[in-house]
Amino acid sequence: MESLEGSLAELRQMFKSGKTRSVAWRKNQLRAIIQLVRENEEKLYKALYQDLGKHSVEAYRDEVGVVEKSASYCLSHVEKWMAPKKSRLPLLFFPATGEVIPEPFGVVLIMASWNFPISLALDPLVGAISAGNTVVLKPSEIAPACSSFLANTIPMYLDPAAIKVIEGGADICEKLLQHKWDKIFFTGSPRVGRIVMTAAANHLTPVTLELGAKCPAILDFSSITSPSEKKVTAKRIVGGKWGPCSGQACVGIDYALVDEKYATELLELLRITIKKFYGENPRESKSISRIVNKHHFERLRSLTKDPLVAASIVHGGSVDEEKLFIEPTILLNPPLDSEIMTQEIFGPLLPVITLNNIQESIEFINSRPKPLTIYAFTKDETLKDQILTRTTSGSVTFNDTMVQFLCDALPFGGIDQSGFGRYHGKYSFDTFSHEKAVMQRGFLFELEPRYPPWNNFKLEFIKLAYNYNYIGVILLLLGLKK
Amino acid sequence: MLDDHEKDIVDALHADLSKPEHESTLYEIGMLKNSCKVALRELKHWMKPEKAKTPITIFPSSGEIVSEPLGAVLVISAWNYPFLLSLDPLIGAIAAGNVMVLKPSEIAPASSSLLGKLIEEYLDTSSIRVVEGAITETSALLEQKWDKIFYTGNGKIGRIVMTAAAKHLTPVVLELGGKCPVVVDSGIDLQVASRRIIAGKWGCNNGQACISSDYILTTKDYALKLVDTLKRELESFYGKRPLESKDLSRIVNSNHFTRVAKLLDDDKVSGKVVYGGEKDSENLRIAPTILLDVPRDSLIMKEEIFGPLLPIITVNRIEDSFDVIRSGTKPLAAYLFTNDKRLKEQFVMSVSAGGLVINDTTVHLAVHTLPFGGVEESGMGSYHGKFSFDAFSHKKAVVYRSFAGDAAIRYPPYTKGKLTLMKALLGGSMWGIILALLGWSKV
Repeated sequence: MESLEGSLAELRQMFKSGKTRSVAWRKNQLRAIIQLVRENEEKLYKALYQDLGKHSVEAYRDEVGVVEKSASYCLSHVEKWMAPKKSRLPLLFFPATGEVIPEPFGVVLIMASWNFPISLALDPLVGAISAGNTVVLKPSEIAPACSSFLANTIPMYLDPAAIKVIEGGADICEKLLQHKWDKIFFTGSPRVGRIVMTAAANHLTPVTLELGAKCPAILDFSSITSPSEKKVTAKRIVGGKWGPCSGQACVGIDYALVDEKYATELLELLRITIKKFYGENPRESKSISRIVNKHHFERLRSLTKDPLVAASIVHGGSVDEEKLFIEPTILLNPPLDSEIMTQEIFGPLLPVITLNNIQESIEFINSRPKPLTIYAFTKDETLKDQILTRTTSGSVTFNDTMVQFLCDALPFGGIDQSGFGRYHGKYSFDTFSHEKAVMQRGFLFELEPRYPPWNNFKLEFIKLAYNYNYIGVILLLLGLKK
Repeated sequence: MLDDHEKDIVDALHADLSKPEHESTLYEIGMLKNSCKVALRELKHWMKPEKAKTPITIFPSSGEIVSEPLGAVLVISAWNYPFLLSLDPLIGAIAAGNVMVLKPSEIAPASSSLLGKLIEEYLDTSSIRVVEGAITETSALLEQKWDKIFYTGNGKIGRIVMTAAAKHLTPVVLELGGKCPVVVDSGIDLQVASRRIIAGKWGCNNGQACISSDYILTTKDYALKLVDTLKRELESFYGKRPLESKDLSRIVNSNHFTRVAKLLDDDKVSGKVVYGGEKDSENLRIAPTILLDVPRDSLIMKEEIFGPLLPIITVNRIEDSFDVIRSGTKPLAAYLFTNDKRLKEQFVMSVSAGGLVINDTTVHLAVHTLPFGGVEESGMGSYHGKFSFDAFSHKKAVVYRSFAGDAAIRYPPYTKGKLTLMKALLGGSMWGIILALLGWSKV
């Protein structure tokens, strides 16, 4: 077992050698990731089931498939992304050329979270490799089977001198953060995000923080009138709340906002859909994840300890401590100052808050920390416009949930307490690259007025040149301008 | 504001830095006006949402990326280009639609005061404020929660700014400095190269600029020729008594004067002076000074000089200079003078810096289509032109979906069949999808 310092030294050396800069190396590593995931599919499902009780469909959809797709996308585009991008230069500098060249940062640290322990580790890794960096991956210890899988399997497929997995808990994190990295990519809670950024500040290390926040779902039933559309809405809400890791997802729906006129109808639709998805007895359903560990189980249970909150439960509420299972639970109007409405829930409890009319949802959201995503189900173009222009969030999705995660062409990241920086698709490549500006000039075409000793002529020349007033410049040179 | 008060600005810069009018016009006023013009011309285009393709797996849908202001931003500026480094970031923040506080540097008090006065007079004070002051005021500002902090200055304070930002998870742009090297190859037009080096060193606030050439690397064979040409051109620019030349800025204050003078104190260093070296502590002036082959471990080679001293380090082969550069931290800029194509390629490939310029120095600052920023110790983030707009914007991803196209395979109860179909769908193979639907999948 190498020491941390030894590992880092090896990674620095590897980066310095320039091997990770080549297209061939990057593509090989990306292919290896695809191979790793394909050849170990069953092992991955087993680890994800062990850590979180995920069904293989959920595991494929949210983890295995995501990584495969990501790596394939980068594989087909990396060469294009690596190419220098020409920049147009003003005529004043003719015949100079300008371009922007992406360079890897160097040795990067990726810290993954436990709720999507495979994709939140490997998806950033795909970006870091595409950009040509060497990497230390620190999987979450809260998902030990997956962490172990990654630590054992990655060295068998990827270049061990360039990509290392270091397992461990808070003490390992602390040690890692004391070292100098060229970039840190962190997915997790705002609390730890602060610790990471503070440590990074010591070394002026740039960071990307993918954090979380309460993601609201605005449900405008006044514009969604047909029964089929309502059914689809209900399916997408249930799918977007309990589908991803039983609500333990930064992009999952945290709470819902609905016009009080439609509250009863909504609750009924949700109940029917939950039953359809998870059966009469969700505890027996294999299609829903469990809570990751005792600590989070207790945390979630304590959210409903407050009698006023408990009284607002209108569906579900039962728990199984041994199985770490909490039933899909809906609450109607819990007190707005209760913990369940002020903290990110990260679990299978869905508060539904009623408003006098749905326009109030904008004010409601704006008076709270900016979310990672706002979901809005509406066909009202005016409301869509208002949501877009009068709220701020990492992203907005209309009439569906979670799908923005699948879009390689869209940046995925937060704002304010939900983080900064972004990735997915080319944004992954960019987030792990330094964009170096390169300007080339020749020795001809000297601009005399650049040089001292200064005089009025030179001053006038510079003023005209800066205004790109080329005619003026010519006139001045010809002695025709004062 | 810039047009109306050009003279006042020139005067303030002269009071703070003895900056020659020409430099103030070129580097501060001229560049700022240009920045404004570019922003005014391009703003509509920058603000337009960008369409984004959405994958077939969520057909029918459409996507776009919308630029939004971040909110309340803090711009902390530096003393060497007090107008440029205050207003240029401000232009970006304004273009992106933010509200802002500007904290100019107290080390350039006349400029700080003039900025406060002019901004109040010309700009919308309900959204743009100036807070003057020093450490106390800056610390108080840093305790507040900002949506973005833009800092120009040195690495030590940069760390303090980022640490304060971390408490509120505030993203930052740090424009710092570094030792910007100039590699001078043989077989070039030495006169033109020397003039460009001089313009980028002493012509930029007398070397007190983050992108000034800090030191030169050249071969042992070429060094003397270079020194001679530099001497000749320096004399033609600043005359025989450069300490008295009106075309050079002074050292900003006695603290910095002492700091720069100290770099020459070392015996092993002072003996290497081949030109200049004169100091006038009363007027805070140090003459353009060239040194040849100072020890690599001397203070002048370890710290960013930020002054009118230019050490020349000689190497055996010109390629060795890249190793010297790489042995230090990554600078804000690196320069190379050569006609050798292969050397250019090697330079671009192996030297990492914020920006590179071949056959000139510092000019990339004026190009609004190139991102201006550092890497590693020289900073993070970039600006100028659209990069300024982007630095102060949040790019919000938006997905529009319809109610049609709802795939049952997304939803529980999960089955093996759904898994197979999902794989085919995500894998993008139409044939795989058809087969899976027909139940004849190979998977």
